[in-house]
Amino acid sequence: MTVVLTSPAFKDNARSALADDQLQRALKNAQGGFVHKRATARERLPEFDALRDSARDIKNHALAHLDLYLEAYEARVAASGGHVHWAETAADARAIVLDLCRRAGARRVTKGKSMIAEEIALNDHLEAAGFEPVETDLGEYIIQLRNETPSHIIAPAVHLNRDQVEAEFRRVHTGLPADRDLEAPETLLAEARDVLREKFLSADVGITGANFLVAETGTSIIVTNEGNGDLTQILPRVHIVLASIEKVVPTLNDVSQLLRVLARSATGQDLSVYTTFSTGPRRPGDLDGPEEYHVVILDNGRSAMLGSEFQDMLRCIRCGACMNHCPVYQNVGGHAYGWVYPGPMGAVLTPALVGIDKARHLPNASTFCGRCEEVCPVRIPLPGMMRHWRERAFERALNPATERGGLAFWAFFAARPRLYGLVTRLGMGALHLLGRRAGRFASLPFAGGWTKVRDLPAPQGGTFQSQWRRARR
Amino acid sequence: MRGRAEIFANIRRGLGVGGREAPRQLAVAQRLATAPRGLVPARGQLAPEARVALFLDMAIGAQATVEDVASPHDVPAAIADLLRRHNLAPRLRRGADPRLDAMPWGETALEVAIGPSAGHDEVAVSHAAAGVAETGTLVMLSGPENPSTLNFLPDLHIVAVRRADIAPDYETVWEALRARYGIGQLPRTVNWITGPSRSADIEQRLLLGAHGPRRLHVLVIGDDTSAPRPG
Repeated sequence: MTVVLTSPAFKDNARSALADDQLQRALKNAQGGFVHKRATARERLPEFDALRDSARDIKNHALAHLDLYLEAYEARVAASGGHVHWAETAADARAIVLDLCRRAGARRVTKGKSMIAEEIALNDHLEAAGFEPVETDLGEYIIQLRNETPSHIIAPAVHLNRDQVEAEFRRVHTGLPADRDLEAPETLLAEARDVLREKFLSADVGITGANFLVAETGTSIIVTNEGNGDLTQILPRVHIVLASIEKVVPTLNDVSQLLRVLARSATGQDLSVYTTFSTGPRRPGDLDGPEEYHVVILDNGRSAMLGSEFQDMLRCIRCGACMNHCPVYQNVGGHAYGWVYPGPMGAVLTPALVGIDKARHLPNASTFCGRCEEVCPVRIPLPGMMRHWRERAFERALNPATERGGLAFWAFFAARPRLYGLVTRLGMGALHLLGRRAGRFASLPFAGGWTKVRDLPAPQGGTFQSQWRRARR
Repeated sequence: MRGRAEIFANIRRGLGVGGREAPRQLAVAQRLATAPRGLVPARGQLAPEARVALFLDMAIGAQATVEDVASPHDVPAAIADLLRRHNLAPRLRRGADPRLDAMPWGETALEVAIGPSAGHDEVAVSHAAAGVAETGTLVMLSGPENPSTLNFLPDLHIVAVRRADIAPDYETVWEALRARYGIGQLPRTVNWITGPSRSADIEQRLLLGAHGPRRLHVLVIGDDTSAPRPG
């Protein structure tokens, strides 16, 4: 389904997410696994952190020479018999894909997992144009049946529980015996495998994303564990790759460095099961593989990030580690963020792609604990960039008057340190006396936003500054 | 082509470049021509015996099953055994790879079909171009003799790889491919395969056999010359 932008309603989204028992059960279930697996993979490879430096440097070099590497890449694709199409906007990309599908005389279109396809809302447009898009990644297939969007960039159905998947399969796979046993997750997987095998074999066009593009050879790369991306691209007559401008890296050696940090950061595997390097269409004598190979390269606002304080975001290799380690994501899940990209990377990327006026809550949905930056395989300074977005939102007066008034009120005192010290001392002292008995406040004037969902602990006496002074003595 | 021109103009505006600056062009040309090796983990940098042992360990860690065979001559019998052990019909599909062609299939009861898969084969046999010790990864090259469909459609995928072709790291394999196909050239598809297909999309529980092979069996072939050779 098309992603409807609900980022402006982030606060409401988050509130309903916190009250959603099914979602909370699924999030709790997923939480520890990703973190533990990444930590283990990191421990197993002594060079891991040095490889992250290397990965960062490679992406920085590629971005600094982006125009030239894209030209080199394009020339190589052409030399291998493929076609590169350039799309400035989501609408351009959709038009190119629809035209390719029409020219292929396609009916059924299989799809490997692609966040760009989500970004350009491709499935709805394929359907509206009379094609049958079939998601083939198990998680994507499940959410396509449920008419949902992914809630995580590598685990799209992480917000669901097994029983919900079973219910969906029973609803949709009507040709199968109603009394079949689907209790074990293995049976659900086997059923999806059978249903999708037939779709793979009868598809006319296959659409995949690209984890990387390689300038040296004109190669697109996909990484999967299921093998669905490969069946999507080798069986149909036409293969369309959806990529964006920042995916290009110089050489196969460079991409090997990036692959060493990608899976470890994402799922904690040393390497995903299938890493596939595709260069052009079927060659003379080949007995299988696509007859046409097209790459659609999308900009959609990314080029405007170059040279800005958000350029580093273009290093992102979409591993999902930042959201896996984010206390906010862990509690509200991905849908609350209200667009394609959730979690810390989404909090930086979404405002750049849809506008800070619509996404100003996202860079605020952070405790600035810094875990995202700590685990990022290409060392993107995510909290720093969220701070930049907060500044931009303030400069453009996008936040409401009460918030701005509050900040102005605080700034007045912050600029007068002696007064600040006096007022906080009096304030904390008063709260200490008032809260002495209960030890906490269930409600407080001007702090309803806080006390509505939790108690405010009563100050124990003394301000931070006074404690700091005492400790230094 | 308006989209293309706009995109490049925007990129160059953002980077503050014109696109024709000699130092930038030189930096790019050099990197593409020399493809410098970056940081390569020490893990795979081992003597041949230990390197093969690491490859096997890593492949097992990725849930593949592995088997040593002394020479190419022993491969068909080993496969016939494997299918018997798993109660599978003695039937398989393979590509026309000359290394597979040279094996004595006729000495077994195996029914062997040759060519790409249409999706209904239980067992397929492929020959890998290389193995990578660092992660237990198989490197498969597409071509008339090794159809890619064999890597993904069967339930059981059996891959033969020569001991001598097990490299310490990915970079060594790229070097070999550059030497073989030329700078900037690759076969249409290079598949790195590390273990059998899997998914963790249902409650993050790892299940084998999503869309690709449910089982991956790796035959590491020695170069025992005492074994009888065909012809």
